[in-house]
Amino acid sequence: MTPTTLRKRRVLPGFGLSLGVTLTYFGLIVLLPVTGLLAKAATVPPDLAWRLFTDPRTLAAFRVSFVASGLAALISVPIGVLLAWVLERYRFPGRRLLDAAVDLPFALPTAVAGIALTTLYVPDGWLGTPLAMLGINVAYTPLGIGVALLFVGLPFVVRTVQPVLAGLDPAAGEAALILGASPWQIVSRVILPPLVPAITTGAALAFARAVGEYGSVIFIAGNRPMVSEIVPLLIVTRLEQYDNPGAALLGAAMLVISLLLLLLIDRMRREVVARHA
Amino acid sequence: MRLPVLTALLALLLAGPASAQTTLLNVSYDPTRELYAAINPAFAKAWKAATGKDVTVRASHGGSGAQARAVIDGLEADVVTLALQSDIDAIVDRGAMVAPGWRDRLPNRSVPYTSTILFVVRKGNPKGIHDWGDLIKPGVSVITPNPKTSGGARWNYLAAMGWALKANQGDQAKAQAYMTALFKHVPILDTGARGSTITFAQRNQGDVLLAWEDDANLAVRQLGRNNLEIVVPSLSIVAEPVVAVVDKVVDKRGSRALAEAYLRFLWTPEAQEIAARHFYRPLDPAILARHADVFPKVTTFGITEVFGEWPEVQRVHFGDGGVFDQIYKPGQ
Repeated sequence: MTPTTLRKRRVLPGFGLSLGVTLTYFGLIVLLPVTGLLAKAATVPPDLAWRLFTDPRTLAAFRVSFVASGLAALISVPIGVLLAWVLERYRFPGRRLLDAAVDLPFALPTAVAGIALTTLYVPDGWLGTPLAMLGINVAYTPLGIGVALLFVGLPFVVRTVQPVLAGLDPAAGEAALILGASPWQIVSRVILPPLVPAITTGAALAFARAVGEYGSVIFIAGNRPMVSEIVPLLIVTRLEQYDNPGAALLGAAMLVISLLLLLLIDRMRREVVARHA
Repeated sequence: MRLPVLTALLALLLAGPASAQTTLLNVSYDPTRELYAAINPAFAKAWKAATGKDVTVRASHGGSGAQARAVIDGLEADVVTLALQSDIDAIVDRGAMVAPGWRDRLPNRSVPYTSTILFVVRKGNPKGIHDWGDLIKPGVSVITPNPKTSGGARWNYLAAMGWALKANQGDQAKAQAYMTALFKHVPILDTGARGSTITFAQRNQGDVLLAWEDDANLAVRQLGRNNLEIVVPSLSIVAEPVVAVVDKVVDKRGSRALAEAYLRFLWTPEAQEIAARHFYRPLDPAILARHADVFPKVTTFGITEVFGEWPEVQRVHFGDGGVFDQIYKPGQ
């Protein structure tokens, strides 16, 4: 093949230019801040770092942050897939409105979401009153953190699953039905397998978003140390004390843990895909 | 066709710097929003009368610590009016933007008005809360913000600690035990003072709110709709918000005379009257007496009488691993 034929096939103008733009963008927008963060974190003396990461309060905050984010991401999977299914496979009045409303958590300032959720879920709020009668307290508990994180994370699952669902031919499901498959078999063998990559991507995005979430959580969490305090709040607390290196260290730790978890999710996704292929 | 546009642009460019000299930026903390919204036009009028020049004072509000950080990071504040000395000290230490010794440059150690910490309770005081000791009775829940993130909350904390020290004849360990018990009764730690006021008054959380007198009045008069009342404890602290000219900025902008005049205006009877109307205690005894109906008699102590100077207080109580951090150690 001659270079000219190669060039003709490219959609973007020139490999050099494309790569240059990509690397510049990646360097300026992603790598530079992350490097700065790591450099700042590295200025913390090891003994102080050790004390910070063995402090029960820090550990409790990490547990709250990652457990709440993980649970919120897991719960957003069935709800998000169902929502995507309804929006994609059914035609009903108000569908477009509902479809647009899914994106609201993206557009809403998170502080507004936090205040709105808190107002709803306080013991004498609209949802808080019936829940309180059942003995369930949402606002100012770790449960409230989960609710806020579910709110900000759900659109990620819906929006990643929806286009894949749109590309699936409904005829496959109908064919399975004609061939005598049970509804459960159709869901687990025909519909879900092609959705798995999109579902894991959506859940991973929701998780990543939840780990870093601050605005909506602090209003509903109650922020009690050891109980409902999230790591981003500890970071802000450090910044308030002008302890920038300490804040950077906590931030770097969150980054590393998140990265490891995301790699793990990606590996699981590839294994599932390979098994179904 | 193009000429008028170009002329207009040129005029704008020329007018820009000229008008920039007659603006002043006051970087303040959250609950002073209404206060400075009233003081700023009054100062502009006084300045016009004295010099014949127009001035526009703009104000920026946020958490006291966050505002100090913004100034250090380059927000061009001509003056800062913050909740506590530590925040201006941080600007001195970390940005070298205010000259050391700033507290002695203005009258009354740079404190133009004071406040104090009071309790706000539900109508009729159903839990019978009258003093600090009542806050740790079983079943009482207390709303106060996190002293680590809120400058205002540090005054709440110090008021409680001051009472506990006095009640225990200066026994540090017993006072600390009281503080630990107190924070066990705090179910929600908001990051700022206004957040706590809203949690208490609008979300109906907690039995008692620890608040600055001005925020307590705001809660009772505006948010509470007659469902709340103020309780004066047996002892409280004199909360001292402080003000300073930001030397580095005024020297660069050439606005020193204006900035100093603005801060000195806070000590005039006119500004003191405005402060009193916004529930900040004026220094002027005559004006204080005129508003005696809204300022109940409170037995107070000054921070230095009990705790020493701010840098020390900040380090011992609110620093990393300090007394406040000890409260939340497991097993306490």
